[in-house]
Amino acid sequence: MKFAYLIWSNLRRKKTRTVLTLLSIVVAFILFGFLSAIKQALTGGVVLEGANRLIVRHKVSIIQLLPQSYQQRMQRIAGVAAATHQTWFGGIYQDPKNFFMQTPVVPEEFLDMHPEFVVPADQRKAWLETRTGAIVGRKTAERFNWKIGDKVPIKSTIWSQKDGSFLWTFDVVGFYDGRDKNTDTTALFFRYDYFDEARRPGWGKGQVGWYTIRVTDPSRAAEVAKLVDAEFENSSAETKTEPEGAFVQSWANQIGDIALITASILGAVFFTILLVTGNTISQSVRERTGELGVLKAIGFTNAQVLGLVLAESCLLALLGGIVGLGLAWFLTSRGDPTGGLLPLFFFPVHDVLIGVGLSLVLGLVTGLFPALQAMRLRVAEALRRI
Amino acid sequence: MSEPSGNGGALVIVDGVEKVFHRGSEDIEVLKDLHLKVPAGEFLALMGPSGSGKSTLLNLIGGLDRPTRGTVSIAGERVDELSDRRLAAWRARHIGFVFQLYNLLPVLTAERNVELPLLLTHLSKAERRQHVAAALEMVGLSQRAHHYPRQLSGGEQQRVGIARGIVTDPTLLLCDEPTGDLDRKAGDEVLNLLQALNREHGKTIIMVTHDPHASARASRTVYLNKGQLTNEQMA
Repeated sequence: MKFAYLIWSNLRRKKTRTVLTLLSIVVAFILFGFLSAIKQALTGGVVLEGANRLIVRHKVSIIQLLPQSYQQRMQRIAGVAAATHQTWFGGIYQDPKNFFMQTPVVPEEFLDMHPEFVVPADQRKAWLETRTGAIVGRKTAERFNWKIGDKVPIKSTIWSQKDGSFLWTFDVVGFYDGRDKNTDTTALFFRYDYFDEARRPGWGKGQVGWYTIRVTDPSRAAEVAKLVDAEFENSSAETKTEPEGAFVQSWANQIGDIALITASILGAVFFTILLVTGNTISQSVRERTGELGVLKAIGFTNAQVLGLVLAESCLLALLGGIVGLGLAWFLTSRGDPTGGLLPLFFFPVHDVLIGVGLSLVLGLVTGLFPALQAMRLRVAEALRRI
Repeated sequence: MSEPSGNGGALVIVDGVEKVFHRGSEDIEVLKDLHLKVPAGEFLALMGPSGSGKSTLLNLIGGLDRPTRGTVSIAGERVDELSDRRLAAWRARHIGFVFQLYNLLPVLTAERNVELPLLLTHLSKAERRQHVAAALEMVGLSQRAHHYPRQLSGGEQQRVGIARGIVTDPTLLLCDEPTGDLDRKAGDEVLNLLQALNREHGKTIIMVTHDPHASARASRTVYLNKGQLTNEQMA
């Protein structure tokens, strides 16, 4: 600690240069925070809960439907504890920008399969008793200021009713909350029996979008997935069964490989920052050759000089990192900036800690070369350069 | 002039020292079979023309460089044999340096500059402050403790440099042209201070200088030419 003021004073030597370097690091870590939040929004939703859940979809594509009759056959497969289905409704509430997911579900099966959705008992009962009833995630309910008892008109882009109308009206009978921060509370779930009966005959009747199955033993999930796919092999609707996380990932990957995109952007940004900060520290050390010689002359060891330069670069990177991460935390804490496309948009604590570690690594890497230069400096030679 | 070996209670013993610098394929012999003894409490001036090897000799005595041949002993310790790490620790304990261009750290105040060598000791913050205050008092700059080097005159900066050199109470104070960058008045103040440190506090001082006026303050002056001691003059 007694060297702290020396390190701090050196950073204050060229204030403009230090501030500009600091700003570049801050911007890099704000970007890191935003990309983490986007990645979290696209891929993080069900990873935690989905360890014992598999998704069964049409082998060709997610938009191909599967027969509702598959449900019973799946439930008979060894290792399958339960199965339930959902179907993409693709509805618009008032304006296409007001995006949130809606799917018809079988209420009891669905809530049993998804314990992360918490619905008060009276509202759950009301849903079971109301054929046109829907439960809405807390975020969406608050977003549109919906109250229990409201009638919500939603225009489907896929499904029409028997009278040819694409406008469906649902009764809001309850709200659900997420058990964890990771739980998406933006969707609207309504009853499949109402949907199947009301939709236009011959337009997917008796068919569903995909199945969610719960396995009895998560360690045997891969084996169960193979059994499920084997069950429907050579049928008109072959299946592809995959972990829930992979399913969500494949949804996200429709706009590209999120992990690769994130890594590429961050890689480019951090490489640039590495050069900028490395150059600043190197320049700073070059300018101080004589001073470093003086420090060595009065008794500072090579290791102490190495430590001083490394501490300086680490302090600079940590300061920039912490400020950047703090700002990213603040900016992302205001929630989804897209108005519903990224319901789980937040900066996970885990990624904040990775960010802090990253800033420290940045400091070490950028400081290492100049620090080694400073360490190897011969005293007499350094003093001659003054 | 070269002195023979044999210590006779000397604090500094330079025995048969040679220093060769290599520049490409060329060898430059800066010091040649040099012998020198400096008793404790002496104020020695090293004079000679540019390139005569004065600063090189001072660097060898201060443990900033190593001789190509020969030995350098300070207070009975073979400095030329110490590892880099032990040499650094030895310098911190035994040597105070005063440089021609003061070499203060511009980002630190006078008191922080003086405190630098004390950071390598086990002294507490309060003890360090006491030592710094005493050193600044000794050079007459107590009232300038919080000033940065740029706010001080050349003479004041050199006095801060001297305070930094003596703050650890070193065995030996090495001064490389301490008045070389000062006007006559400021130079005299610095020389008065060095003389007082030698006479009143018994500090052993070796000073490299070009200036006969400065060397006149020393108790003994030795002359170097082409890497060898050629003459000696007592005050």
